[in-house]
Amino acid sequence: MSADGLRTELLVDVLRRAQARGATAADGFLIEEQHFTASVRLGQVDTVKHSRDQRLSLRVFAGRASAAASTSDLSRDSLERVVDEATALARVTAEDPHAGLPDPDELIGRVPDLELEDTTGEEPTPEAKIDLARQTEAAALGFDPRITNSEGAEYWDRRARYAYATSHGFARGYATSGFGLSVAPVASANGEMQRDYWYSAARHRRALEDPASIGRTAARRALRRLGARKVKTVEVPVVFDPDTAASLIRPVAGAASGPSLYRRASFLLDRLGKRIAAPAVTLVDDGLLPRALGSRPFDGEGLATRRTVVIGEGVLESYLLDSYSARKLGLRSTHHASRDGSGVGVATTNLVLQPGTATPEALIRSVKNGLYVTELIGFGINGVTGDLSKGAAGQWIENGELVYPVEEVTVAGNLLDMLAAIEEIGNDLVLRDRTASPTLLIGRMVVAGN
Amino acid sequence: MNDLAHIESPDRFFADRFNVTPSLMERLLGGNLVGRVDDADIYLEYRVNEELVLEENVVKKASRHVSQGAGVRAQAEARTGYAHTDDISLANLEEAARQARAIADRSSAGGSLAVGRPGRAHDLYTLGEAPIVTALERKLDLLRRIDAATRAADPRVTQVIVSLASEEVVMLIATAAGWTIGDVRPLTRLNVTAIAEENGKREIGSWGGGGRVPFDFFLQGERWRQFAAEAARQATLKLRAIDAPAGTMTVVLGPGWPGILLHEAVGHGLEGDFNRKGVSAFAGRLGQQVASELVTVIDDGTIPNRRGSLNVDDEGTPTGRTTLIEKGRLTGYMQDRLNARLMKMSATGNGRRESYAHPPMPRMTNTFMLAGPDDPADIIRSVSRGLYAVAFGGGQVDITSGKFVFSASEAYLIEDGKVTAPVKGATLIGNGPDALTRVSRVGHDLKLDEGIGTCGKEGQSVPVGVGLPTIRVDAMTVGGTQV
Repeated sequence: MSADGLRTELLVDVLRRAQARGATAADGFLIEEQHFTASVRLGQVDTVKHSRDQRLSLRVFAGRASAAASTSDLSRDSLERVVDEATALARVTAEDPHAGLPDPDELIGRVPDLELEDTTGEEPTPEAKIDLARQTEAAALGFDPRITNSEGAEYWDRRARYAYATSHGFARGYATSGFGLSVAPVASANGEMQRDYWYSAARHRRALEDPASIGRTAARRALRRLGARKVKTVEVPVVFDPDTAASLIRPVAGAASGPSLYRRASFLLDRLGKRIAAPAVTLVDDGLLPRALGSRPFDGEGLATRRTVVIGEGVLESYLLDSYSARKLGLRSTHHASRDGSGVGVATTNLVLQPGTATPEALIRSVKNGLYVTELIGFGINGVTGDLSKGAAGQWIENGELVYPVEEVTVAGNLLDMLAAIEEIGNDLVLRDRTASPTLLIGRMVVAGN
Repeated sequence: MNDLAHIESPDRFFADRFNVTPSLMERLLGGNLVGRVDDADIYLEYRVNEELVLEENVVKKASRHVSQGAGVRAQAEARTGYAHTDDISLANLEEAARQARAIADRSSAGGSLAVGRPGRAHDLYTLGEAPIVTALERKLDLLRRIDAATRAADPRVTQVIVSLASEEVVMLIATAAGWTIGDVRPLTRLNVTAIAEENGKREIGSWGGGGRVPFDFFLQGERWRQFAAEAARQATLKLRAIDAPAGTMTVVLGPGWPGILLHEAVGHGLEGDFNRKGVSAFAGRLGQQVASELVTVIDDGTIPNRRGSLNVDDEGTPTGRTTLIEKGRLTGYMQDRLNARLMKMSATGNGRRESYAHPPMPRMTNTFMLAGPDDPADIIRSVSRGLYAVAFGGGQVDITSGKFVFSASEAYLIEDGKVTAPVKGATLIGNGPDALTRVSRVGHDLKLDEGIGTCGKEGQSVPVGVGLPTIRVDAMTVGGTQV
């Protein structure tokens, strides 16, 4: 163990062995984590889970060919097997002129402290954690007599340590923590049942939202769905609440990511430097926000995290690239490499659509006849064309007022058309999750119903 | 490099490799858990995954992953304590058992272990050679041939991605009732994605399949050629697709994978946990009419070599064939042991988990509708204006309100009884408890899907299958853009 408690030495040993077996270069990631989850339903404990996990993932290069392997078994025998398998696999993959580690000069120097790990205070007992879930659910159940049931409330925490090393001799690490509370109450009236949920997640325990407030919000969300109906098929303005708006932003980042671009499987192909959205739209990926859920000091290839303006006042300013996709596209890495089981990909950090000035209420008030969307379901997005069609639920807007709940409808359009048709962005940005957006008003979309 | 070439039996495998024997597992459960819980078990798992990806004409990614671990579970009344470790050693298993028991210790009544020995495990997928041990060169050669065939299928195809994922899972479960059962589960999936371009327009199509089958499955009757041709056809077809219609209309679903309708519309809503908790739109409706009389829906985990099949579920219960809906009447739920016990029903062999790191819950296996009397061509002829959907992407359901969606990736207009223009992808939305009451025609062409489905629930993914004959649904909302 090194001084910081990270097992970078183990990783360095594995990389040495890979070189001894004929690898020309290699890098590896080691994740060790501890997880606790407790769920409570109708006041009673439902499930309590404890776990400890570790996973070492390795990428080896044989010249310009590469392969990946990973294992959860860190015994000497198993690690030797993983190295042998990866080096053997690298011999069967093709030479690729763009493959390779980033230049050692570009690797991060000092690792900044982004306060991603909560080191304050004593660890609460499991009973105290269970009680937080219980309080959250109780607040939802007690909010209104029409909250009659619950799918349960959950508390979770997680502590993880990440170490990254390369065969150049680079080795760095960092630690994170995470805490969460959520609840899914069921409202019922006149034989109809509606479920909704609310949650809070944070890097620091004290930053978690108050259990009672999470419970009340969840209850209000479930209650406002009671009495929902379908509407007639119509083309109208659509307002997306912050959570559903964030779910529309994620596929935009997917289309801006290197692997989709070099495969020509992106609706943002050949759009760099061009206007792709209304001038009000600025989309930033910022991995350096202290204590934020998506922050990390360096990416999956040891490159220092940055703040990247993806869309600046409507113009596509940057793609999101790891070093491989950057070389393929003749660009430079934007330090967005992520590690998964099968190697290196691209992932956003904190992806945030920048707020406007209008309150969400004013935004809704500006709509004469339209839909306020509070839930989107389904996978109906085509990343190549940007075509979108999803199931939706929300509230109907008439003369600027929310008049009744709506369900069993779809909203459909094309993400590029939608970005261009953003008429107004709310001032209600809250960084609740890795992707965040204020309320959005899109000029026209097709709502399909009766 | 293969350590899975010869597995005599799961108990020998874990005994040899980790020194963990069934008798040791039973002692561990006995000492820690008996008398204080209603149910307890230890689940050991060893899993190897291999993924090969060809793109831009060359094999670009090759990876191999090993994961192993043990999950210990203790249950009292409706409570579950679960602990897992990825280091299978006696000390870790004891610690996991202690953590799992902590929850059961809060039990008011002294529990009794009421888990009888289940029936015999099936033998649904013993293979001469598991796909994971097949020589790499044979696999890579196939990927290259598929790449060439997909490109040759149409000059507009500009990109091809072919991936072959293979997996082998060895599992062993010991319960506190004193029995042990194991399984060795091969699984493979081949997937072809094509990107086609024409006049500045780009589109994507994909096709694939597999199951608990040997690698040779893809070579039989040159099955791989169909995958290549289909991927190219899907991509190029979409280049000329027109905007999908928006609104409520008659929908004809083709056979096979469109069975995802059943998975979303009724399948999840009939899982035991949601019904025990009373949060499913189907809760308390056993015996009621929830579909038209033409509709019989089955969940069957015993079909040989299918992706959704299992010899025993992840609690050691042999899988079965459960009639969920018979001639429109709701007849059964899918159960794991916990929910079966609490609802005083029988476990149906539907207790499944993603891995040792997850406790089991009721899940589907292969879910399909039985064939009916109609000629599929007649069904299409019976529609004057509607949508004919034959291939789908994913779906999702809100089990409480019953609202579900599933997204068509290949669909056509039906005009005056004829299939006409292809339309762009569109999401279909409906309400579970009444969607199947609108089924007015059922074809004689029941088909199971090609073996591509993965179902997600509460963060756990498991492989599943679906199946459907051609059916006509009289009113369904189609989420297109053409008003």
